[in-house]
Amino acid sequence: MITMTVNGQRRDLDVDPDMPLLWALRDTLGLTGTKYGCGEALCGACVVHLDGSAVRACVTPVSRAAGKAVTTIEGLSATGDHPLQKAWVELGVPQCGYCQAGQIMSAAALLKKVPRPTDKQIEGSLAGNICRCGAYNRIREAVRKAAGGNTP
Amino acid sequence: MSANASIVLLRRSFLVSVGLAATGLALGWVEDAHAGTPPPASPWPATTLPADGLKPNVFVHIATSGAVTIVCHRSEMGQGITSSLPVLIADELGANMKRVTILQGDGDAAYGDQNTDGSRSVRTIYQDMRKAGATARVMLIAAAAKRWRVPPTECVAREHQVLHEKSKRALPFGDLVEEARKLAVPAAKDVALRPTAELEHIGKPLPLLDGPGVVTGKAAYGADVVLPGMLTAVIARPPVVGGKLIKFDGAKALAIKGVKKLVELTAPVGSPAFQPRGGVAVVAEDTWSAMKGRAALELFWDHGPNASYDSTQYKKQLSESVRKPGRSVRNFGDADAELAKSKRIIEAEYHVPHLAHAAMEPLVCVAKVEKDSCEVWAPTQNPQASKKELARALGMDAAKITVHVTKLGGGFGRKSKQDFVAEAALVSRAMGAPVRVQWTRADDIQHDYFHTVSTQLLRASLAADGKVTAWHHRTAFPPIPSTFDATQKSPSNGELGQGVTDLPLDVPNVRAEACEAPAHVRIGWLRSVCNIFHGFAVGSFIDELAQAKKVDTKTALLELLGPARVETPSTLGVKKIENYGMSTDIHPIDVGRMRNVVERVAKISSWANRQAEGKSLGMACHRSFNACVAVVVSVVSHPRRGFAVDEAWLVVDAGTVINPDRVRSQMEGAVVFGMSIAMHSSITMKAGVPEQSNFHDYRLIRMPETPKRITVDIIPSSAPPGGIGEPGVPPVAAAIANAVFALTGVRHRELPIPVG
Repeated sequence: MITMTVNGQRRDLDVDPDMPLLWALRDTLGLTGTKYGCGEALCGACVVHLDGSAVRACVTPVSRAAGKAVTTIEGLSATGDHPLQKAWVELGVPQCGYCQAGQIMSAAALLKKVPRPTDKQIEGSLAGNICRCGAYNRIREAVRKAAGGNTP
Repeated sequence: MSANASIVLLRRSFLVSVGLAATGLALGWVEDAHAGTPPPASPWPATTLPADGLKPNVFVHIATSGAVTIVCHRSEMGQGITSSLPVLIADELGANMKRVTILQGDGDAAYGDQNTDGSRSVRTIYQDMRKAGATARVMLIAAAAKRWRVPPTECVAREHQVLHEKSKRALPFGDLVEEARKLAVPAAKDVALRPTAELEHIGKPLPLLDGPGVVTGKAAYGADVVLPGMLTAVIARPPVVGGKLIKFDGAKALAIKGVKKLVELTAPVGSPAFQPRGGVAVVAEDTWSAMKGRAALELFWDHGPNASYDSTQYKKQLSESVRKPGRSVRNFGDADAELAKSKRIIEAEYHVPHLAHAAMEPLVCVAKVEKDSCEVWAPTQNPQASKKELARALGMDAAKITVHVTKLGGGFGRKSKQDFVAEAALVSRAMGAPVRVQWTRADDIQHDYFHTVSTQLLRASLAADGKVTAWHHRTAFPPIPSTFDATQKSPSNGELGQGVTDLPLDVPNVRAEACEAPAHVRIGWLRSVCNIFHGFAVGSFIDELAQAKKVDTKTALLELLGPARVETPSTLGVKKIENYGMSTDIHPIDVGRMRNVVERVAKISSWANRQAEGKSLGMACHRSFNACVAVVVSVVSHPRRGFAVDEAWLVVDAGTVINPDRVRSQMEGAVVFGMSIAMHSSITMKAGVPEQSNFHDYRLIRMPETPKRITVDIIPSSAPPGGIGEPGVPPVAAAIANAVFALTGVRHRELPIPVG
């Protein structure tokens, strides 16, 4: 049995300890906001927070989350009004939207560490998140907006 | 509605066995409609409109409460169709957008064509959708006029009411429903559309429809559908197209905890079409167990006749093919004679590799097949084609099959091919349980219907004054029809109409030839299709001619396009103009509009000034899917990558646009999509198997490589609407290659251009 906190709730999971956290979240806990994109930490669609840091759930064994706090897109804010979520909607960022949970979670981890990131820091933090629709410029703009304005 | 109107996702939530809140695709700008609608009985409600209320056709329903429900019968994959087609209906109706709910339509022939590719939705059914809304309006007005005893011509419908302005009377839509529904539905010919000036929403930005669902993780894509008792499968498919399973040993797989059963699937018969690939499905309680089970399978394949397909060798074969005369597909004047006597010939050969669609959502489908029924939940671009392939694969009457369309995590043409849908149904039937078949990224890339591989030879003769006197274009690529009839080796007219036979040229002698190229993989259509490589070759060659003529690219481009005019079959030198299925009366090949986007992109990019400042710019223009796009890019040297695209400008003339913000987002995305093609993406085959399997070797543009600014300009127009999803892509690769030439002096005739 693996015990962890997911979006503030204690969860006990009776799964293969090697199962990637992604599948434990999606298949076992029914939290489908975190997306599968590549399974090899190459695209960032599955980014969640483990004790506040961004990790790729597709290559993180569920056992690594034991005793830790996991935050998924569903738990980023109680009412969907995290500044990033608001900025994403206001700027019309998503096209197909499939990668956006991962993009937002990567950006949220960045803003927690660096509240006013430079464009280079935004790009560095989001370089691992692929958007096949190519909404990158709006993503960058939305991160800037959520961080309270333009950055040097 | 005002731009800052609040946006609420209307969701029908309900719990299923695992405690997951699943949602049907019911969307609205504000929560309002469906008061009084009984709660859905299944995890994904059917999208039939309620029987009560006013329902003049299958697209629109008005309840006595006034709630308006509109069905979007095309698939949403990021192009914004759910916020364009329904807007046409609502606008003609005179509805308040805040009181409109949008339902995603199931696969149903009653809607007419539902195929969501070819950038066809708005450009082909713009009038029909308006008619659907106008019909409801005419009926509501007739009911009001009857009640007021006034002529209907004195009444108007606006803001969810019918008004009689003379007597200052108004009745809300809901109050008229009971009377209106008793009236005969007027014939389409008796329903007048509103004058354009009266349309309130068309051409104005709307807030993102499903934004809150996406950013909170609640929007439901194909893999997010969960049914009670559902199992998950991954499939080991034959690695080579045309191959099949000889035998397998599944003992180790079955020993893995969570693995329930192995299901052998039969190999396709004859040409691939949309048939599933066959192989062995590993069915398990969860995705991870299924993946582990598949890795433990011992498989023995007969690789079949395509096992020697090798991209290096095939490239030579294509090159030989274009060095021989092909089938004549365009002839104006006598290009051969002119070239034979010319003193100066410019010649170039271009090559573009296979590409994979690589939508962020790998293929997935949920199916529940019972003795006499089949229900699937699929991110499909064409639910009626899904139904047809399901009927064939299951041997079941199509009337017993239901296809629900989920949100698509990207499509780009891959999700028009129905193998992934039929496969899930076959596994569900074998299990007697609902099954989700999950494709891994490697599955998605390696078992794609690849964008074709192509080589083109372009030749032009130049007179002493620099005038191009002959243009000769040969193209060779395994054609899409080969997927449906393996004997097909020569391009179809539709494929040639994507940048070869429809290309306006002010040149006295023009010839185009189609050369043969047999297929060894399943060839599919990928966003922009043949325009990708035809646009790249033509756009690059024009720049090469500009260099040869020692003139600016824009000058050469405008000279070759020639004066503003409308092309006809005889001026192009073709039997028929392939025009993406549309009449040239509605969508003429209007050279004036192409010239205009070129002039406009030069203006917004400060083309001349920037060049004078020493910037390395590239330009290209292409007409596709009844829309004209011109692109300028600026490239700079980059210490690690060699070069980088630092800015891009795109001008589109797609006639009337419905939702300019979604048009803009499609064009921004098209620049990035085109950059991936130009700089990174390539599928190469070795022994019949793709050498790429994931994003480390099938590379796509990432944020740090994206230009710091992409400026999109939409030409204001009241012309009939053209396509939006695809036309932005084709000019991008040529513009980049041309800019790289300006920067480095190196001409890249093969994609992708090597980047560090």
